[in-house]
Amino acid sequence: MPDALLEVRGIDAFYGDFQALFGVSLTIEAGQVAAVIGANGAGKSTLLKSIAGLMRPQHGDIRFDGASITGLSAFEVVAHGIALVPEGRRLFPSLTVEENLLIGGQSRRGGPWSLTRVYQLFPALEERRRLPATALSGGQQQMAAIGRALMSNPRLLLCDEISLGLAPIVIRDIYSQLPKIVGEGLSLIIVEQDIVQALKAANRVYCLQEGRVALEGAARELTRDAIAAAYFGV
Amino acid sequence: MQWLNVILQGVLIGGLYAMFAAGLSLIFGVMRLVNIAHGDLIVLAAYVSLMVTQSLGVGPLTSLLLVVPVMALVGYLLQRLLLNRTLGDDLLPPLLVTFGLSIIIQNGLLELFTADSRKLQAGAIEVHTVQLVQGVWIGVLPLIQFIVAVAVVAGLQLLFYRTALGRAFRATSDDQAVAQLMGLDTRHIFAMAMALSLAVVAIAGVFLAVRANFDPAIGPARLIFGFEAVIIGGLGSMWGTLLGGIILGVSQAIGAQIDPGWQLLAGHIVFLVILALRPQGLFPKVSG
Repeated sequence: MPDALLEVRGIDAFYGDFQALFGVSLTIEAGQVAAVIGANGAGKSTLLKSIAGLMRPQHGDIRFDGASITGLSAFEVVAHGIALVPEGRRLFPSLTVEENLLIGGQSRRGGPWSLTRVYQLFPALEERRRLPATALSGGQQQMAAIGRALMSNPRLLLCDEISLGLAPIVIRDIYSQLPKIVGEGLSLIIVEQDIVQALKAANRVYCLQEGRVALEGAARELTRDAIAAAYFGV
Repeated sequence: MQWLNVILQGVLIGGLYAMFAAGLSLIFGVMRLVNIAHGDLIVLAAYVSLMVTQSLGVGPLTSLLLVVPVMALVGYLLQRLLLNRTLGDDLLPPLLVTFGLSIIIQNGLLELFTADSRKLQAGAIEVHTVQLVQGVWIGVLPLIQFIVAVAVVAGLQLLFYRTALGRAFRATSDDQAVAQLMGLDTRHIFAMAMALSLAVVAIAGVFLAVRANFDPAIGPARLIFGFEAVIIGGLGSMWGTLLGGIILGVSQAIGAQIDPGWQLLAGHIVFLVILALRPQGLFPKVSG
């Protein structure tokens, strides 16, 4: 078995007394794109938050590049090379577009991504770099959020619902840029409700259902029926 | 001419109030913490300066070279070791803890320095004046104090909008969780904000102590002046805070001119009128 970049082993996560994840395991190899799909409340975002350090799993282990990152704070996880594009984009409203990108590079990890490279990837951002982040359209905000995460030069990028609330043409636009990002040697975990989009982009698929992995496999080998069964639990 | 003089004196003292307010506004802006001990920390800085001037034999303005870093360090440790633990969704715990801190500082100073009034002696500069126009003289020291206040406000403004630290302050203020995702340790950012706040407090405390007598009990009234200046100016705007301090200072000076007993009352009345008519303050931060 090749060395995995990220290995999540049997994590349980809770919101107070409510258990959101039950022994979830997941493995990503370098350069891989994994899609995590599932219905609302299946635990997709919780899984990403646990990996990124925004939540602390109560049991289980998360290893990244051979080292345990279980229980580290979010700012320490970034330093290891994991960046999260949060659900709902969550740009900093008091900062300009460019400042949002610059603060993404705050951790000063070296690598291919710089302001210039992000502007090459998303030229719309350069034209609007002096504007407040709130002045961008939804799609541009999503580009800025992805750019901001790339600025930390991560080895693993976690994207939470990047198609949420965007027009189909904008979604296609953003997804068409993902191969360029992976081409720089990144691995990607995409959380999506839009299954068609997710299956097209990913090599590997994990389907969560009520906090458990209901199905996993290579994207091209899974049948529609198997996914439907795992998704809805019927 | 007499009124021009009154207004000028009010403007100059307004600079001091703006310095009381700037540190208060800064930490509220960054971490939504209302520091009830702010006034007592100003008085603490005055006593630190007293100790420095007495033990090293330097003037109060020179003592700033030591008092500012000492207070900044106090601020960093205070935030890191105590106040960070009180921050959360609830505004009440930090309020109660800083209220307790206020009592501890007041009584600690009372134990160490007694209730006697003290004053820092700046020497001959205290009585130097310059003539502005025919018949209007202003003191050199109040003028220096005002210039320093403007410089402090301008410096904070630059720091907030032109430096990486300022960017980190604004980002943390916007969204703590996402700031962490950017690799920012918010505990450290908060501690840096408190250190900066107490560096400003140190400057304010020394100028306060040169200007007038101080004793361990005068902190809470300085806190009120600071609050009033922040609210008049509008939260989140440093230049607004300076203007808030000046409006408060001028109101007090005019009140005192009409009747010496009206000095504080006039300031409070103007504050209440502005709060009633324009609760967001005169220059609120443009919301995003």
